[in-house]
Amino acid sequence: MTEPMNTLRELKRSGQFSRLPELIPYSQFMGISVEQATGELLGKLAYHDDLIGNPSLPALHGGSLGALLESTAIFQILWETEIQTLPKIVTITVDYLRSAKPVDTYARGFITKHGRRVVNVAVTAWQADRGKPVATANVHFLVHPT
Amino acid sequence: MSRHNAALDITMVGRAEAQATMRLPYNEKLIGNPSTRVLHGGAITTLVDTASGASVIMKLGGPQPIATLDLRLDYLKRATPGEDVLATADCYRISRNIAFVRSIAYHEGEQDSPIVASSATFMLTGVSSKAGPPKSEESQ
Repeated sequence: MTEPMNTLRELKRSGQFSRLPELIPYSQFMGISVEQATGELLGKLAYHDDLIGNPSLPALHGGSLGALLESTAIFQILWETEIQTLPKIVTITVDYLRSAKPVDTYARGFITKHGRRVVNVAVTAWQADRGKPVATANVHFLVHPT
Repeated sequence: MSRHNAALDITMVGRAEAQATMRLPYNEKLIGNPSTRVLHGGAITTLVDTASGASVIMKLGGPQPIATLDLRLDYLKRATPGEDVLATADCYRISRNIAFVRSIAYHEGEQDSPIVASSATFMLTGVSSKAGPPKSEESQ
C-alpha cells in the first residue's frame, strides 16, 4: 500500500475529514479544503486573487472551478469507498452555468455509480446560494487500475 | 494572461488562424498523486480551457468577451512526471452566439500520442441578444 493511502486509512480511523487535502499537493496549492458543517462532505475553494481567469468581470478561471469539482469528486470517493489507490481520472465534463464571482466556492459530490473498475461522480459547485450553482461536472475515475 | 494562468506559469507558445498552443511547465506543487508524481487533472483542465479560449480569440481576430459553456476532457494516457504539457486548440466553427473547439494536450514532440483529447464550447458574451427572449434577472 502506498504512503498516501496509509495516511488515508489513518484519517478515516480518526474521522478527520478536514485533513483529506493533505493527501494531494495540488489541492493544497489551490487552497481547497474539506468541510463537514452540514453533515456532508463539502469541498471549499477559498477565494484568493490567483484564482481569477477574467480580470474585467472579475470571474474565477474555468480551471479553478474544474479543480474544485474534480478534487471534491476525489475526496468523496476516498471517503465513501474502500479504494486502495488514489482514483485515476478517465473523463471529466464540466458545465459552466454562471459567472463565478471572486468569493468562496463550495462543491458537493455524489457517487452515481460504483462499478468494480469505474466510479461515476456528479458534482455541483455554488457560491452564496446553493440553489444557484455556478458549475456542475460528471467525472469518471478508474478505481482499480490494472 | 490571467492571474490563474500566471500562478500556474502557463504561457502561449504558438498561434495561428483559429489556433493557439499553450505550455504548462511541470511543477511539484501541481502533483495530483504523490505516489506516481503525475500532475492533477485540475491543472490540465486550466491549460486546456485557456488554450481553447485563446483559439476562439484567434478565430475572432481579436479580444472579445467569451465564457466557457462546457468543457470535456478524455484522458487517453497518463502524463509523464517531470515533463511539461502542451495544449493545442482549434476553433473549428463559430456561429453568432457559440464557438466550438477541439484540442489535445501532449508532451513536446508527441502530438501523435496525446495525453488528453478535449472538446469545448464558448458563449460569445459580447453579442447582444435582440432576437432572443426578454432577459430576466436570472440570466446574468
